[in-house]
Amino acid sequence: MLRRSALFMPGNNPAMLLSASILGSDCIIFDLEDSVSLNQKDSARLLVKHAIETLDFGNVEVVVRINPVSSQEWKQDLREIVPVYPDAIMIPKACKEDVEEIERFIFEIEEEKQLTKKVKLMIIVETAYGIETIVETLRCSRRIECVLLGAEDLTTDLGIKRTKEGHEIDYARAKVAMAARAFSIQAMDTPFTDVEDREGLVKDTLHAKSLGFSAKACIHPNQIDAVHAVFDPTQSEIDAAIEILEERDRALALGLGVFSIHGKMIDLPVIQRAQNIVDLARKTGKRK
Amino acid sequence: MKNALGRDVPGQPYLGLQAIKRIEYKQTKSDKEERKDKVHYDLGSFIKTLALEDNMTLSFHHHLRNGDFVMNQVMAEVAKSGVKNLTICASSIFPVHAPLVALIEQKTITKIIASYVSGPVADAISEGKVEEVCLLQTHGYRATSIMSEETPIDIAFIAAPACSPDGNITGSMGPSSCGVLGYAIADAWYAKQVVAVTDFLVDVLDPEIPSVCVDDIVKVDRIGDPDGIVSGTTKITRDPVGLRIAKLTSEFMKATGLLKNGFTFQTGAGGISLAVAKEIHELCLDENIKGKFASGGITSYLVKMLEDGVFEELYDVQCFELDAVESIKRNPNHHKMSAAKYADIHDPDNIVNQLDFVILGATEIDLDFNVNVTTGSDGRIMGGSGGHADTAYGAKFAIIVSKLVSSRISVVVDQVTTITTPGETVDVLVTDRGIAIHPRHQALIDHLKATTNLPIVEIQTLYQRALALTGIPEKTQNLGRIVALSQYRDGTILDVIRQIDNID
Repeated sequence: MLRRSALFMPGNNPAMLLSASILGSDCIIFDLEDSVSLNQKDSARLLVKHAIETLDFGNVEVVVRINPVSSQEWKQDLREIVPVYPDAIMIPKACKEDVEEIERFIFEIEEEKQLTKKVKLMIIVETAYGIETIVETLRCSRRIECVLLGAEDLTTDLGIKRTKEGHEIDYARAKVAMAARAFSIQAMDTPFTDVEDREGLVKDTLHAKSLGFSAKACIHPNQIDAVHAVFDPTQSEIDAAIEILEERDRALALGLGVFSIHGKMIDLPVIQRAQNIVDLARKTGKRK
Repeated sequence: MKNALGRDVPGQPYLGLQAIKRIEYKQTKSDKEERKDKVHYDLGSFIKTLALEDNMTLSFHHHLRNGDFVMNQVMAEVAKSGVKNLTICASSIFPVHAPLVALIEQKTITKIIASYVSGPVADAISEGKVEEVCLLQTHGYRATSIMSEETPIDIAFIAAPACSPDGNITGSMGPSSCGVLGYAIADAWYAKQVVAVTDFLVDVLDPEIPSVCVDDIVKVDRIGDPDGIVSGTTKITRDPVGLRIAKLTSEFMKATGLLKNGFTFQTGAGGISLAVAKEIHELCLDENIKGKFASGGITSYLVKMLEDGVFEELYDVQCFELDAVESIKRNPNHHKMSAAKYADIHDPDNIVNQLDFVILGATEIDLDFNVNVTTGSDGRIMGGSGGHADTAYGAKFAIIVSKLVSSRISVVVDQVTTITTPGETVDVLVTDRGIAIHPRHQALIDHLKATTNLPIVEIQTLYQRALALTGIPEKTQNLGRIVALSQYRDGTILDVIRQIDNID
């Protein structure tokens, strides 16, 4: 599934739920947690449940962020949401212990309701403990598909100031990207919070991409195109990748193990990267 | 008799685009000998001197929009004379013209011809208070019908933001400046008698309406309220759904291959239309594309595009905003144009025929791409064609932009309530949930499907997508008396509008 962007939307806004699938984001995250006030938790949960049951989201991945294990709400969130088959449940403030508890409860629901498809998990690491124990967390469940770095809560936990430049989260970013790669799980970058600053968003996303992130969470629809532009391969990247794959095919036909293009030796990792670029180009429609 | 769109209509039915006949106009007033002493200082006593008779047709323009004082002032004095059964031929009628309702009820006014009507007068027509069947025309056909004398004007009252003592008029000067007087030009040249009503008597060097057209001038205190004349409030939508539609529209325009040096463009003042302009603006700057002109009603945003070099020229039939009023005074590439130059069907060089793209709205669009911007789905009059049908006919691509579902109502319907613009002149519908292209462009549909990721679907698919959200709306049938006709730009009748009761 193509997942370059994931747009957070409050779960208690019917108009937003209705338009969620048409804003261009690859993934939408209906939020039952931070953007929903305590007295709205019930209605948000029911609205999201009915939206998933009723609306056609097409190719857009539907994820629901539940309330954390420390709250009174998370079990009821799962009881209502898991049976309507969202693509994934997003777990906030994730650590190994919480993920295990949530997965046990999800399993109970799936058994009880005899659900035919297992729901996937996405986790947010957003505490110092979560960052430092991320490897254990990622190892504890096969359902985890994606890990999102939550820099706002993390910097609050660290008692430091969040800046646009983001140097304060460099360590966390590198750690999340590395751990995710180790488990072949996607790393998704923290949202950029100034929704009017497109230039800053592009810079921030490019930095995350350079560290190994392949997606970015968005908090406003106007961020989606810029994020896609960063993660989409450029035409020259696509052209170069196609050339490599064509040369590979020629070399294979001739029974050659290695070959070179423009004097540069092409080995397996380069071919794999070229294949990734062409696959992504196909998914994004840049190459038919 | 059924017209080519399957609607039962009285009068000359619409027979399709192929059946449009060309006509020529008679000589105008250029040789007329001018009177001296044209200026009068009291509207009431001047009106008493007019040879007013029952059944006359009086005309007005709408450049002062919802800030217009002139139609109400003039008609109040006309009513005092006791004449009855007048026809009002106004280019548009706004909520500010509510006092006309009393004159309709007392039969001073028994017929209205206009290109756009909103507010209490629209309701009066819908409720059947106007005795005769009214006509809702396109901007182009209003000029055509006056010039061909199908609508003979007995007296044209022209609100004149600035007028010289001998009768030279401009819209670009004075306290009630509105920039352009494009919709008043046909009235000035073809009405039997022309009365300028002004609050600013001054020398006019560059008149839009020359003194030879003007028989009398009445000086009044004020002709309008500047706050209502130019809105100054048109804003690019911030609604993510509207922005999505705008983005898709600009991507479609680019994919057609016509968005290149020399392209021509028209868009309205609605939030999504302006967002399309912004997308095109950025695209043109990024790719160094320079358009030939933008036309129609001119907003601040189009002025900005002119000033940024995205367009070489603007052709302006009415100014929507103060920036446009200022621009037309100082920028030689910002041209004034008459409604006839804009959209008269018998002028082969008219501006609409030179358009590559026009961005238009819709209240409803049906499976045959017919568009309604005249009535609500309940049949209540809430607007009219304006230049909708004219530009759709002229432009290579008439693009309708709309949310697929708004306030739980689908814009796509199986049959529109009222046909304003025939589907055979509409090319594309861009919604948030897909783009539908008229099936007569099958080659383009195939090309775009093969080469782009644009979400191109059949209009029936959009209809089904909308129904999935809204459910199937209950049909209503209105058999009330015919209160107005929707008239096409060749004068034929597209549709009828029927009386509805109990408007709140």
